[in-house]
Amino acid sequence: MIVGVLALQGAFIEHQKMLEQLGVETFQIRNKSHLDKPMDGIVLPGGESTTMYRVLRDQNMVEPLKKIINDGLPTFGTCAGLLLLAKEVDNYKSEYLQTMDIEAKKNAYGRQLGSFKTVGEFNGQKDTPFVFIRAPYIVETKNDNVEVLAIVDDKIVAARQNNQFVTAFHSELTDDLTVHKFFVDMLK
Amino acid sequence: MNKRYELNKELAQMLKGGVIMDVTNAKQAKIAEEAGACAVMALERIPADIRASGGVSRMSDPKLIKEIQETVTIPVMAKVRIGHFVEAQILEALEIDYIDESEVLSPADDTYHIDKTKFKAPFVCGAKNLGEALRRIEEGASMIRTKGEPGTGDVIQAVVHMRMIQSEMRRMKSLSEDELYNEAKNLQVSYDLLKYVHENGKLPVVNFAAGGVATPADAALMMQLGAEGVFVGSGIFKSGDPAKRANAIVKAVTNFDDPKVLAELSEDLGEAMVGINENEIDLLMSNRGQ
Repeated sequence: MIVGVLALQGAFIEHQKMLEQLGVETFQIRNKSHLDKPMDGIVLPGGESTTMYRVLRDQNMVEPLKKIINDGLPTFGTCAGLLLLAKEVDNYKSEYLQTMDIEAKKNAYGRQLGSFKTVGEFNGQKDTPFVFIRAPYIVETKNDNVEVLAIVDDKIVAARQNNQFVTAFHSELTDDLTVHKFFVDMLK
Repeated sequence: MNKRYELNKELAQMLKGGVIMDVTNAKQAKIAEEAGACAVMALERIPADIRASGGVSRMSDPKLIKEIQETVTIPVMAKVRIGHFVEAQILEALEIDYIDESEVLSPADDTYHIDKTKFKAPFVCGAKNLGEALRRIEEGASMIRTKGEPGTGDVIQAVVHMRMIQSEMRRMKSLSEDELYNEAKNLQVSYDLLKYVHENGKLPVVNFAAGGVATPADAALMMQLGAEGVFVGSGIFKSGDPAKRANAIVKAVTNFDDPKVLAELSEDLGEAMVGINENEIDLLMSNRGQ
């Protein structure tokens, strides 16, 4: 199995290392032609969503990326990746990809001093470590087929809608493979 | 390692592959954000103007910082003078996302840097060699950048510093463990930090390039030399078309190893910052804070 990791900006290497630990091959997507390579899934990593979107737009990658996601390619978005996929971002007027029926809140926990680590239940797995860095959360789901996978302090922080899976937190910064295993299972 | 320090190192990881731009007002901050900056550095005068006007340069007016914080959603950084821990306390009270204890401002202390372990807010510090980098990390810095020579538009010192840090790390990697004790003594750093470099061949924190980057080619050069991202100070808002140049530098960092893309990006950017050669200047900022 091979997964493309969007590598325009942010913590993409960390995702590659996690996936490689699970026996999944990875490659970096830096321009439009890389989207044509065969892949079993795609990761939209953490970083700055405004930066990633600007580069996606300038490099004519928005439409082809939307198409492969809408065509059903397993997609994993963390933090900025969640924002890129969300249909609505409430406190930020954005045009992003809008492929997933969720409403997200950007910088929902405030600035860096609001960043935190905790453990919680992910898809029934207790004590999964979560790292929130200037993180968003999901304000609400906009479709009945969006499955909530994790809640922290009454806020939705992980969800799945068919082929799209998002987390507001970074599991790629931990040594716990639970969340990445969940994504790898989606590839099969 | 405490959780706060880990989170601060991890925020720097999120900035990797990005460009952090100096801005002096909210309007410039917006231009930088729209061009694709992954963070902005709020300051009253860019380094080139600090050089030109001389005098003592200090932390920015909190009002300016707040205006910029309200304008953009990307992280906002600001500079304090070396050793000026009260300026740092003030920036932390403003909930700044990163504090740059910077040689660009006039140092407040010629011996001691800020004890950064006492702060919740993250710190980035400049370094021109491995010893400086590890000493700053020891003091609590969660991100390192080369010092370069700010405000010159001349990339030579950033190149020298990045090459120096990289080659020293390669050398540390090749030493035997018992030789590390002596190196730790020479570099005035702890054995544990040096052992990390020996085992991993890299710093334990993210390492950016800064000081003299003015073109997309400069940015890509620093990335190919091993930088994990780039700070651009005077290079953008001292040029003919800041929005276009800023955006070109962002894409140059993403495509740093693709000369065809870099050729397209370098085209028709308008006038670059005029710049001054590093041997034409009287003040070497990179000698501040060892």
